[in-house]
Amino acid sequence: MRKTGPGALFGTRGWSGVIAALVLICAVAPLLNLGVPKESIFHMSDFSVSLIGKIMCYAIVALAMDLIWGYTGILSLGHGLFFALGGYAFGMYLMRSIGLDGVYKSPLPDFMVFLDWKAYPWYWSFTDHFWYSLMLVVLVPGLLAFVFGYFAFRSRIKGVYFSIITQAMTFAFMLLFFRNDTGFGGNNGFTDFKRILDHPIFTPQMRMTLFVLSGLALVGTLLLGRWIVTSKLGRVLTAIRDAESRVMFSGYDPLWYKLFIWTLSAVLCGIAGALYVPQVGIINPGEMSPANSIEIAIWVAVGGRGTLVGAILGAFIVNGARSWFTVAFPEYWLFFLGAIFIAVTLFLPNGVVGLISQLRAQWRDRQGAKAA
Amino acid sequence: MILVRLIRCVLVVFALVAAMPAAALSPEQIGKLVSEDPDVRIEALNAVAAGDDESAIGFLQALAEGNVQTSVSTKKIVIVVDGKGTDATTGKPVDALPGDLDEVVANNVFRRELAAAIATLQLSSKDRAVRLAAAKTLQDETESDRLPIVERAIGKESDAEIKGLLERVRANLQLNSKDKPVRLAAIVSLGSSVNPNTKTILLEILAKKGGEFAEPDADIRFAAQKSLAEVEGRLATGERIAQVFSGASLGSILLLAALGLAITYGLMGVINMAHGELIMIGAYTTYVVQNLVRANAPDLFNWYLLAAVPASFMVAAAVGMVLERGVIRFLYGRPLETLLATWGISLILIQAVRTIFGAQNVQVENPVWMSGGVELLSNVVLPWSRIVIIGFSAVVLLLVWLALTRTRLGLFVRGVTQNRAMASCLGVHTGRIDTWCFGLGSGIAGLAGCALSQIGNVGPDLGQGYIVDSFMVVVLGGVGQLAGTVYAAIGLGIVNKFLEGISGAVLAKITVLVFIIIFIQKRPQGMFALKGRFADA
Repeated sequence: MRKTGPGALFGTRGWSGVIAALVLICAVAPLLNLGVPKESIFHMSDFSVSLIGKIMCYAIVALAMDLIWGYTGILSLGHGLFFALGGYAFGMYLMRSIGLDGVYKSPLPDFMVFLDWKAYPWYWSFTDHFWYSLMLVVLVPGLLAFVFGYFAFRSRIKGVYFSIITQAMTFAFMLLFFRNDTGFGGNNGFTDFKRILDHPIFTPQMRMTLFVLSGLALVGTLLLGRWIVTSKLGRVLTAIRDAESRVMFSGYDPLWYKLFIWTLSAVLCGIAGALYVPQVGIINPGEMSPANSIEIAIWVAVGGRGTLVGAILGAFIVNGARSWFTVAFPEYWLFFLGAIFIAVTLFLPNGVVGLISQLRAQWRDRQGAKAA
Repeated sequence: MILVRLIRCVLVVFALVAAMPAAALSPEQIGKLVSEDPDVRIEALNAVAAGDDESAIGFLQALAEGNVQTSVSTKKIVIVVDGKGTDATTGKPVDALPGDLDEVVANNVFRRELAAAIATLQLSSKDRAVRLAAAKTLQDETESDRLPIVERAIGKESDAEIKGLLERVRANLQLNSKDKPVRLAAIVSLGSSVNPNTKTILLEILAKKGGEFAEPDADIRFAAQKSLAEVEGRLATGERIAQVFSGASLGSILLLAALGLAITYGLMGVINMAHGELIMIGAYTTYVVQNLVRANAPDLFNWYLLAAVPASFMVAAAVGMVLERGVIRFLYGRPLETLLATWGISLILIQAVRTIFGAQNVQVENPVWMSGGVELLSNVVLPWSRIVIIGFSAVVLLLVWLALTRTRLGLFVRGVTQNRAMASCLGVHTGRIDTWCFGLGSGIAGLAGCALSQIGNVGPDLGQGYIVDSFMVVVLGGVGQLAGTVYAAIGLGIVNKFLEGISGAVLAKITVLVFIIIFIQKRPQGMFALKGRFADA
């Protein structure tokens, strides 16, 4: 279908772009934010650090979505759920490390004191260990995706059906997390975090650390994604997208391929969520609303499906536009977002990346015509 | 001058009216009623209540309101309203109020007795509403002296509702009697009650206090146990009826919401995420029609729905047809893209409504004939609005079925659904059929919105709550199947309400969603899968 095969990913120029991004994230941004005085025009404000840090987390989710939708052709409307689950898993650690500094000076989080609970429920056990909660960040979305995906793919649910039942799953989880009795803070969720590994959470240094970690995770995800889509596994995935029956007839069992990429995608979302929560300082069930999951798809569509770089680009374009609109014209943001949804599907099936390569091809043709 | 006389005249008339009932009581009775000794007062009060002198109510009410004052020096008892006094014994206006007037203070016990006494006297009122209110006031009365009056009232009462209430009062009074057979009979008669409070009374008899039964008599406890079982059985039946009804009601709403989707998604295969917003548009159209009718023809306000129903259909259908022409037709055969584009449309529609009507919910009022309800049992009230909606959804279903099976458009729609190329070859304008078909589905969403506006809040986010549910109904029922949609909607409604009774609303919803997810794993084609060659298409 699309001509963006593995060859188009990362030529020399692409690789240098990745390395430049790495340097930018690890060296330039901390320097500009912490090293350069506030008055200087080269100073990077705290606001832009937290905004870009946030968007980089979104970009990881977009990459995960591109792997499952752009390359394998499965539109998931549940990625917001995996993102939020990762956030909640790490949020549990953050809540535990508040310690006795809550409003009620109790070892339990404030919302449990409020519910008059005397002890942590069983699923909170060990969450005060940093490494254990990191494990949960990977395991919870991964296991859920694995079990759900196993049954869904085994019954050959695909296309829109799959999208709709992932949406139903997200909706069900949102309702579940909205309940106070579920033990995750009801509609207020987790907030008022104080520290990570005994370091206070709202210092410029911690913000920068999380920023750099998100950036590295993003580059790592990009490289992992590239490795997958250019491997033989990636070829099979693309083949499943384009003609699943033929893949089956050739002796492959699509179940395990799909299950692998689906679970991996969920895990990536979980990691992104875990990086996101300490940066914004709150996680609540609103993150699980079906609208958020659909929006992830539009980031990928805007950038260009099946290109990896496009997903990152799309996440930055849409979220950048959001942060500009919600300040400048808050009433028009939904009009704009809705228009993007329609315009991209109608006029830009290959997204911005597709548009750029199309323009470049035209330009090259014209140059060739001139030369001849 | 004339004005002053007029005022005086009015005042005299007022004083006379206020005084008239007081004259019915004898001076001794009044004297006892305002006595300092609480026992004397209550005895006098019971004596008054035992008579059926309705005219005593006035003085008793004045007592209850604290308007009765006594003067030690003149031994006068005066009813003072707004600074004007009336002599309680003679009923004549008192021009000069004595200086040492002192209010007759009624303590709580006396107040309660007063209320009961007034209610008892009101039982013989000619006004049905007054009697009803009185019978309701007496529900918690335990003073067995009232028994003869209540008996007499039951004998005279012709209204079934009041009679029922009074019979319960009688049983309650008899329970406090000292006579064992009377009490037993009362307990047995309580067994046939439909009032939920009966249960509490019976439970009190059976309760234990510090290891001992509150009721020492074993026979009475046995009878109470039996009556309790009967009452509980009847209450449970009532609850079950209520559950089935609210399930059917939810089912009919789901059906209305999903019926349009069954056409656009089920027949045409268009994933319309803006379906919920079409419902919302229908609800807002109802709101606009309501306001127009109220502004231009307030007399016809009760019938505004007759205009709102077709209007909401037309507006939603028009919006739907514009969407189909403008966006959706370019995306046929690309369901995932359709999903995203229609989601975008839904965002725009929500924001547009928010911009026009504001983000707050708007008020849509029920016509008078839709308010209130049918009281089946005392714990089961079926609201008219929900009954009307169940009927409405049945009518809409019938019309859709007729439209699809009996009209030329329906024939074409079915033809295009089954084999587009062949239909086109036979001269069917398939593009135009798509537009009409989508318009029909959208119009039905508008009707759903009109119905929903009668029972729920109307706000810009109205549709968002229904989109997941409606897709679940269509998917569960099987794509392309109207019958499946009907069964799925009603089934889901009833199952949902029953689970709500067991586990609460949120868990019920989650359970249903999980059930559907599992169900689709087993039968991806829904309950009513198409069989044969057509199933692969």
